Amino acid sequence: MNAPPPPMSLLAELTHRCPLQCPYCSNPLALDGREAELSTAEWIGILDQAAEMGVLQVHFSGGEPMARPDLPELVRHAAARGLYTNLITSGVLLTEATFRPLAEAGLDHVQLSFQDVDTGPAEQVGGMKGAQAKKLEAARFVVADGMPLTLNFVIHRGNAGRVPRMLELARTLGARRVEIAHTQYYGWGLVNRAALMPSRAQLDEATQAVEDARARLGSSLTIDYVTPDYYADRPKPCMGGWGQRFVNISPAGRVLPCHAAETIPGVSFPDIRTATLADIWENAPLFRLFRGTDWMPEPCRGCDFREQDWGGCRCQALALVGDAGATDPICSRSPHHDRVTAILEELPAEPPPFVYRRFGNAPGGGR
Amino acid sequence: MTDVPTAAAAPTGPGLAEAAVVRFMRGVRLQHDRVRDQWVIQAPERAFVPDPIATAILRLVDGQRPVGAIIDLLAGQFDAPRAVIAHDVLAMIADLTARQVLIR
Repeated sequence: MNAPPPPMSLLAELTHRCPLQCPYCSNPLALDGREAELSTAEWIGILDQAAEMGVLQVHFSGGEPMARPDLPELVRHAAARGLYTNLITSGVLLTEATFRPLAEAGLDHVQLSFQDVDTGPAEQVGGMKGAQAKKLEAARFVVADGMPLTLNFVIHRGNAGRVPRMLELARTLGARRVEIAHTQYYGWGLVNRAALMPSRAQLDEATQAVEDARARLGSSLTIDYVTPDYYADRPKPCMGGWGQRFVNISPAGRVLPCHAAETIPGVSFPDIRTATLADIWENAPLFRLFRGTDWMPEPCRGCDFREQDWGGCRCQALALVGDAGATDPICSRSPHHDRVTAILEELPAEPPPFVYRRFGNAPGGGR
Repeated sequence: MTDVPTAAAAPTGPGLAEAAVVRFMRGVRLQHDRVRDQWVIQAPERAFVPDPIATAILRLVDGQRPVGAIIDLLAGQFDAPRAVIAHDVLAMIADLTARQVLIR
């Protein structure tokens, strides 16, 4: 295999610590503790390597990246290396006093998550009293500064009916972008699938709300819409292809093709403390495992869409079929597509209680 | 790298005058990608490659130069009548404004 083109973007998961406990969190069930986190100097070295390789954008995420006091220093370093800097935050630690050093460090953009538009259900999902008021205040001073703001809403059966008001809130607050992103069912989201999965009617209603808003608002508000692929017939092109555009580094320094990749069995996870980013990207078995099309089984191998959807999502194939090398069962051509249909048919009328995302709370003994 | 602006797809826009001054929106910039040897537009959560016409225009956007001056400079670089270049530049700037790359 020829050397792959360099990654476009780096997801820097600085910590798994977070004041919120959202049951759809994309972090793994086995959360990294503070003692395992990469140091400031190690992150600085990673940012240098990423810029050198050709990464264009770095997304500072977590957990809650604001829990790291060195965040302004990392932003300043990334900006000086020409990297575009995005902060992906819950906003609950964002005050004018903590925002100012980030703006002065050259932060380019803030993506602020909201659990809902109404305080009651929002704080029931996030598990933190007082969070909603802090988020609204954070949105106001980011917009007042002039920095571009994206609001992010994760959609599930409990809030899908309020998508029109989420879009209205984004417009009212002066956000430039809004993400209406249905829950993706990995990690904590997979554990809580029966509590979170919307009905087909709820999905259709949410989709219609997005289309109506796009028609009404035009380009004044960019709306990114992510559907729950369980209702689709064609798989998503997960990460734009395995090891092709995107690299994720976990708080403890594991280098991954996606944030759920630590579920893949039988392969070692490369460690940024013991190898360079370029070497890992090009040569690590984890990155070569599903890169390109050579790994594909039928029906992917002979499919005209193999270089459009890249066989869908490896972690989803693992979660639903038990084999990360299978065709994503979302695809109607998968021999296992009926499993997805069965999951949707068997959703309970009453949602079970949430399993909240926190250290030591994962079923099956995740840390 | 999709989402490439083209003049053909540009809306006519609400009467952009040559006297207008445009600048990049906060959080958006044109940057040379040294590794891939190409110009990219960096914007919130995305980076995309502008086509050669958009690149030529954006390299002249400095927040001070009026659109008419950009047209003059391009008319000096390209072998086409000024009126043709003016039409293309105005359409492209209207498109880039609608895409939240530029602002008046």
